[in-house]
Amino acid sequence: MDSGYIAQQLANGLILGSMYALVAIGFSMIYGIVRLINFAHGDIVMIGAFTTLGLMETAGLPFPLVAFGVLLTGCGMGILIERVSFRPMRGAPQVTGFIASLGISIMLQNLGILTLSAQPRNFSFPSYMQHILNLGPVSFRVVDLVIILTAFFLMVALIFLVQKTKLGIAMRATAENIDVARLMGIDINKTIMATFAIGSGLAAIAGLMWGGKFGQIDPLMGYVPGLKSFVAAVIGGVGSIPGAILGAFILGLSEVLFVGLLPPIYSSYRDAFVFGILIIILIAMPNGLLGKDIGDRA
Amino acid sequence: MLSVENIDVYRGKTHVLHQVDIHVKHGEIIALIGANGAGKTTTLRTISGLLNPARGRILYAPGKGKRQTEISSLPPEQIVSIGVSHCPEGRGVFSQLSVKENLLVGAYLRKDNKIEQDIQSIYEMFPILEERSTQAAGNLSGGEQMMLALGRSLMSRPKLLILDEPSLGLAPLVIETIFNKLKKINTEGVTILIVEQNAIMALELSHRAYVLETGRVTLFGRSEDLALNPQVQKAYLGGE
Repeated sequence: MDSGYIAQQLANGLILGSMYALVAIGFSMIYGIVRLINFAHGDIVMIGAFTTLGLMETAGLPFPLVAFGVLLTGCGMGILIERVSFRPMRGAPQVTGFIASLGISIMLQNLGILTLSAQPRNFSFPSYMQHILNLGPVSFRVVDLVIILTAFFLMVALIFLVQKTKLGIAMRATAENIDVARLMGIDINKTIMATFAIGSGLAAIAGLMWGGKFGQIDPLMGYVPGLKSFVAAVIGGVGSIPGAILGAFILGLSEVLFVGLLPPIYSSYRDAFVFGILIIILIAMPNGLLGKDIGDRA
Repeated sequence: MLSVENIDVYRGKTHVLHQVDIHVKHGEIIALIGANGAGKTTTLRTISGLLNPARGRILYAPGKGKRQTEISSLPPEQIVSIGVSHCPEGRGVFSQLSVKENLLVGAYLRKDNKIEQDIQSIYEMFPILEERSTQAAGNLSGGEQMMLALGRSLMSRPKLLILDEPSLGLAPLVIETIFNKLKKINTEGVTILIVEQNAIMALELSHRAYVLETGRVTLFGRSEDLALNPQVQKAYLGGE
């Protein structure tokens, strides 16, 4: 086990962490503003992946346009899910909202199986994306570099939006106190809708990356990354965007290192390991690493 | 300026307000006094659109001689946009936003370029806010939070300012500062509707007042007359 091997594993962890981060951010933003976990969030990853396949192979669009189309589709799905399953439940007990979004998730997965078949499909990015680069001891494909850079760019853009723009301030105000936000003149329906759109757009892009990285997609593919990104968001402190990013990288890196550094017989325990980390962190810090106790919506 | 006409309001199945009738004229300071649970906050929340009356209506005109419109069923953001600013109970500052961001949220609906200028005039009114402009509002003391909440409410350039218990939990000296500012804001042309449990201060500040008891208006009149009313003295002013 030389240093090159470890560097390679770190790079892989970074890639996995970037993808988790894009999904975890949405979980956290949506939880922050409606105090509900959107269980259908992981399925946006799947929708993003299939949209990529459709736009790239069927419609034959150039790659940047594909990515833009996937982003828009994700935003649209987020808005749709908010309208159909969250807005009608506003003010209802929390558990009602959880179950509604769980229902949407199961519906999306089965709709996927029904219309796209459960058979995994091969997914290949243009050949220049598969080109292998060597950087010292670490080698990766162009697509890996694109994943990291895109994720980094999107996270910086998102933090700028949330911290500096009028919409971002309105989103933070609404997340803290809906009634007072309304008294300030904030249209909370629009703000909540924008939050779902942005979070879901990022998740759809993560779907594009997931397909490009692992080369196979199927209608149930969103489940595991969705669950792990949720874990990442909880580790970081759900509701906190920097927390979601931190949690995602901790999770991505430790998962890859767990598989890469231990003897292969342990690698099938990777998911148990992930949830083990969650349990340990929550016992020590019940609000997650960067979370605050924000309480329930009254 | 504001006519609350015989409104009935329910919270869930509870009938909270019965035929409440309140009229505010341009330039006045009106106090709404009453015990806990009398329906004062509910009245204010209904005026600003967070609650809707089941019966009755609310009319509002943004100034003297301006046309009255019915606002009973408008959402809060539209009511803010026509000049009604509601400073909520418990101050409601956004504790994770900075002081300056709180003020910016107050100006959320404004599209003019005088927002920075207005922030400066709020800083002149309460210099401590300028010192703390980049701090999270949650780190301010109770009195500072009240100053921020008041400043934030003024950022929408309201014609009618609604205040819910501004004195709650504050030291007497701070209350005096706040009330003096309210007088000044009023002389600059802002009409004020204020809810207070501290009836002595409220009657001193206001021109007229309404007494609310278990969801009904039981007394109203000029504040100096109400202050001498034996019933009011007994119930709210601690007199014998």
